[in-house]
Amino acid sequence: MPDTLIFGMEVFLNGLMAGVLYALVALGFVLIYKASGIFNYSQGVLALFAALTLVGIMDGQVPFSHMINAVFGTDIHHFGWQVPAVFAILLTMVVMVVLAWAVQRLIFRHLIGQEPIILFMATIGLAYFLEGLGDIIWGSDIKKLDVGLPQGINASIDELTYQWFGYGFFIDNLDIWATAIAVILVAVLVAFSQYTKQGRAMRAVADDHQAALSVGISLNFIWIMVWSVAGFVALVAGIMWGTKSGVQFSLSLIALKALPVLMLGGFTSIPGAIVGGLIIGVGEKLFEFLVGPLVGGATENWFAYVLALIFLVFRPQGLFGEKIIERV
Amino acid sequence: MGGYNPMRRTLTTLVTGALLAAGPAMADLTIVDTSYRTGPYAANGIPFSDGYQDYFTLLNERDGGIGGEKINIIECETGYNTEKGVECYESTKNEDPLVYEPLSTGITYQLIPKATADEIPLHTLGYGRTSAKNGEVFKWVFNYPANYWDGASVAIKHILDQEGGDLNGKKIALVYHNSAYGKEPIRTLEKLGEKHGYELMLLPVDHPGQEQKSQWLQVRRERPDYVIMWGWGVMNQVAIQEAVNIRYPMDHFIGIWWSGSENDVLPAGEGADGYKALTFHNLGDDYPLYDDLRKFVVDGGKAAGAGDQLGTALYNRGMYAAMLAAEAIKTAQEMAGTSAINAAQMRDGMENLKITEEKMAELGLPNFGPEFEVTCSNHGGEGYAAVAQWDAAAKEWSLITDYMQSDQDVIAPLIEEDSTAFAQESGIEPHCD
Repeated sequence: MPDTLIFGMEVFLNGLMAGVLYALVALGFVLIYKASGIFNYSQGVLALFAALTLVGIMDGQVPFSHMINAVFGTDIHHFGWQVPAVFAILLTMVVMVVLAWAVQRLIFRHLIGQEPIILFMATIGLAYFLEGLGDIIWGSDIKKLDVGLPQGINASIDELTYQWFGYGFFIDNLDIWATAIAVILVAVLVAFSQYTKQGRAMRAVADDHQAALSVGISLNFIWIMVWSVAGFVALVAGIMWGTKSGVQFSLSLIALKALPVLMLGGFTSIPGAIVGGLIIGVGEKLFEFLVGPLVGGATENWFAYVLALIFLVFRPQGLFGEKIIERV
Repeated sequence: MGGYNPMRRTLTTLVTGALLAAGPAMADLTIVDTSYRTGPYAANGIPFSDGYQDYFTLLNERDGGIGGEKINIIECETGYNTEKGVECYESTKNEDPLVYEPLSTGITYQLIPKATADEIPLHTLGYGRTSAKNGEVFKWVFNYPANYWDGASVAIKHILDQEGGDLNGKKIALVYHNSAYGKEPIRTLEKLGEKHGYELMLLPVDHPGQEQKSQWLQVRRERPDYVIMWGWGVMNQVAIQEAVNIRYPMDHFIGIWWSGSENDVLPAGEGADGYKALTFHNLGDDYPLYDDLRKFVVDGGKAAGAGDQLGTALYNRGMYAAMLAAEAIKTAQEMAGTSAINAAQMRDGMENLKITEEKMAELGLPNFGPEFEVTCSNHGGEGYAAVAQWDAAAKEWSLITDYMQSDQDVIAPLIEEDSTAFAQESGIEPHCD
């Protein structure tokens, strides 16, 4: 088998894995858009905030310690204990639910019925607020995140592919875990939205706020629930990306990776986010592998958007998005 | 409303009087710290700014300033954003600052024509426009003690040492931030490749650099003998983690000094052990000066930050930048015969700066940095840098080489060529006063 084909297969598999990581970020956008029609600009910052909170809890960091020390002249930083990852994740989820409640109570409850652009602007403000709040609570240093997920080359795949092709493929263990978690997450989210009372209520709210209200569905409750679920998805994305690079403020920029995925997969489809992520991941990696060397490399960022635009020409609503027909 | 109000007038007079009396002294030596304590790069901006400000605070607290003049530090947040950096410059240039340390290559490029027109010196410590070393063209810009091309050359010198002086047939990869900053070393590495016979492999990484799988799969496939990195921010952490993942030998992986802070290696844990980075100053806090910093600044509650960054690579770099500015001020004061110098006199001080080991020891920083001398035609020093290596168990950097001078046979013509082109474009007649 030619080397280029073998290497191409390795790139393809790594593209799939990268696509899953992009999809994890895109899922948060989809959930909120689907339920409320809000394009949540702050989704990347939510992932950052969740990851910062998780590390802070795990390390026993004193919240607001910099501010406390500056005001009172103390020198406290840590409580002196470590919290196991599982408990820390649960506690972080509690924080994200409280945050969802606060976001709904303080921002969106006052904006019901406003134009989508107003809601979008509110999420921009929320993003800046959360970024500053995260800095004040946990500090801006780069933090190592280790929730026990394995990283590095998967030896079994390396050996197996070496036997088959004479070249061992590199697949990162963390990416395999991310894929497994994403599959479970999507299955649970789809089941939740299709087969539970709350899920059906969420879909009803997404279809028509006024009609949902008229049949007794609490808009406030549904939006708090959706923001909580988006917070959970953000936490998962934050864990995966934070494990790769450390938890730091550039984590919020992962949202940039989700945009072409959303354009391609559609803003309203959970499976669309996954399929869109996979197509973007594979497409950009293969393009970089095959064409990158001819054009000086670093093609991935722009190619993802070009790929999404090509799809949009033929399906403006995205692959799985709902077709909007407006009759005049 | 709008009528004469004696109470308001009295209050206004009192407030104005208080401001004039208590303001940070109108004749102080003003230094602008264009810092970034927010945004994606804050983790790197904070220690540098802390070190920069703490050193001046130390001089104020311990020595009463420089030559009897207190130092007035104006901090301006740039967020590592070029537009904001320019805004900072515009909003502070009328405060009579002596020097700007932009701490960003992007901001530096924007400020070179502005600062030249306004006759305010720029110091770009190990960043910015490399050919600004030619002081005959860039009269108001200084980039001592070392620049990017020095860094590229010293990395190759270290590799030559590792390989017994022969790089024929070797392959060296450059993983770089796909920006003006990241592309800086390419030409130098190409020229050095022609000289030493190695093959250069270029691997650009798009901003911000959170996803580098393609680049590191290529490294794994082609197995270059060495990897040199020109990164910043999250790109560094991801690159080091990816190198660990593919089991690339870390002692064959060398970063420029902006890829060599604790922030870059700590997230990768034990895997980062042995990673190397260039530096033009020493590391750690085992110097007499740090005792004074703790005594007069940190313990007195006057630290610019939390006081928890002393001895980190970027704190040391910020402190070193401030020390070089302070020494230039002293030189300028001596030359001008007055303690209250202006920006033009500061420029003269910078152009006549001479750093010796004796002077460094007097300052409480023995063996902290290389000796160098600035002249009218050489605003960049002699281009010495050393290699540091990360010890993951001890969580500390340590120098593993002496300071090595870059290959001036290759670099000097490149600087001449680039600065001459700039002079022609800008209508500058290269000259020394």
